[in-house]
Amino acid sequence: MKKVLTTPVKDEDIIDLKAGDTVYLTGLLVTSRDDGHRRLVADGIMPEIDLKGAGLYHAGPIVKKLGDGTYQMISCGPTTSMRMEKFEKDFIRKTGVKVIIGKGGMGQDTVDACKEHKAIHCVFPGGCAVVAADEIKEIKGVEWEDFGMPEALWILEAVEFGPLMVTIDTHGNNLFAENKKIFNDKLETEFDKMKSALKFGH
Amino acid sequence: MDTMFSEAELRIVNSVASYLSVMSKHLPDDVFDRLSEMRKNEKNDGAKAVYDCMFKNLDMAVTLDRPICQDTGLIQFFIKAGSGFPYLANLKNILTEAVRIATEVTPLRPNAVDTFREKNSGNNIAVGSPWIEWDIVSGSDDAEIEIYMAGGGCSLPGKALVLMPSAGYEGVAKAVLETVCDRGINACPPLIVGVGIGTCADSAGLLSKKALLRGVGTENPDKDAQKLEKMLFEGLNNIGIGPNGITGTESVLDVHVEFAAHHPATLAVGISVGCWATRYGRIHFNSDLSYEIKTHGGVTL
Repeated sequence: MKKVLTTPVKDEDIIDLKAGDTVYLTGLLVTSRDDGHRRLVADGIMPEIDLKGAGLYHAGPIVKKLGDGTYQMISCGPTTSMRMEKFEKDFIRKTGVKVIIGKGGMGQDTVDACKEHKAIHCVFPGGCAVVAADEIKEIKGVEWEDFGMPEALWILEAVEFGPLMVTIDTHGNNLFAENKKIFNDKLETEFDKMKSALKFGH
Repeated sequence: MDTMFSEAELRIVNSVASYLSVMSKHLPDDVFDRLSEMRKNEKNDGAKAVYDCMFKNLDMAVTLDRPICQDTGLIQFFIKAGSGFPYLANLKNILTEAVRIATEVTPLRPNAVDTFREKNSGNNIAVGSPWIEWDIVSGSDDAEIEIYMAGGGCSLPGKALVLMPSAGYEGVAKAVLETVCDRGINACPPLIVGVGIGTCADSAGLLSKKALLRGVGTENPDKDAQKLEKMLFEGLNNIGIGPNGITGTESVLDVHVEFAAHHPATLAVGISVGCWATRYGRIHFNSDLSYEIKTHGGVTL
């Protein structure tokens, strides 16, 4: 059965989740990338929208402005989460977001913040931007539009947004860090196998 | 835009603008075929689910007529223009106008941020955007235009480094393996890995991008380069990065090596990667403006 989290997400909704689990998110989802994180954390400016218990989506969508002043979501896949690592710990502390969604892994500061403030990081399948757009039922508003379309804070209503694979849980586990160890071990093995065959011209 | 175009030039503008739009919504045939093969080969259940989502997304992009990925890239053109191509003089303006139109009509995401001022230009036109590389072919009167949508995620792992020759080709191989296993896992694998070998950071970097665009399933005609391609392809696939880096049966769509001579005192390596949804295309214009699209079968503009 689908495990669906609904905003505002509470601590008890996510403390049993483990890295590797698959979940979906319904409710308030707000996009923020490099510029949004910098403004909120480094410049200390808070958006008007209350993000407590909300989903934070690392994404820079293609949005079409319709004639009546409303917006249509066209394409909205995840962006590389690691770019936000420098600011994420403070972003979580200052906003109370519970479900961070992006692609690829994040670092130890985010792991620590997820443990301390009870939050999770998940990946949405990268590049699957039309599927993602289809699961966003409404664009409720936008803040910080001065950053341009990709970097603005788009305020979204999501319905069963996913599949989301949990990569960082509330217990200090980090799936991508674990995978990286596996890949690096295998890298050494593979490199040793090819090394002696790479003596071109000598 | 101030530039005035002749009727013939406007035909190129409109063809390239339409093609950009098509490219953003349809994978090139070679990438689609290899991705289908990898989906079949996949044994890991989690990885299978990711491949399923990718193919659902490709279907929906066609059905809903939308870009496959929201990141439609900073547009790069690699041109092999005959010195006698009748539209050569104005080609830069023609391509720039095509990008402006495609951005508005498709729509493509505006991705050109003015450096230092840090403002998005809003239409993908800015200093060096679109990015254009030229090869002039003596005596020819046609033009082949290769287009790449350089996404942020797959541009991030890119690097060029100049090794000392003592590092040898094992140094080259190590740099490729490490780049793919470090930042490459966040760049929407399975990846196309382009490797350029030469003298300087600039030549190796450019060759790595040309390698990336060579076509999945093609081999370098040089037998030593082929050997390096094959070893890196097998080595990377044995690491089992899987789609989206969640582990799986394989890792890469393909590995391509392109090279130039290197200075006796340097051995430079450039690495460029393309994501599972690598959007590139190749269109060939004859001097009468009849054209052939080589990467997307069945497409007419």
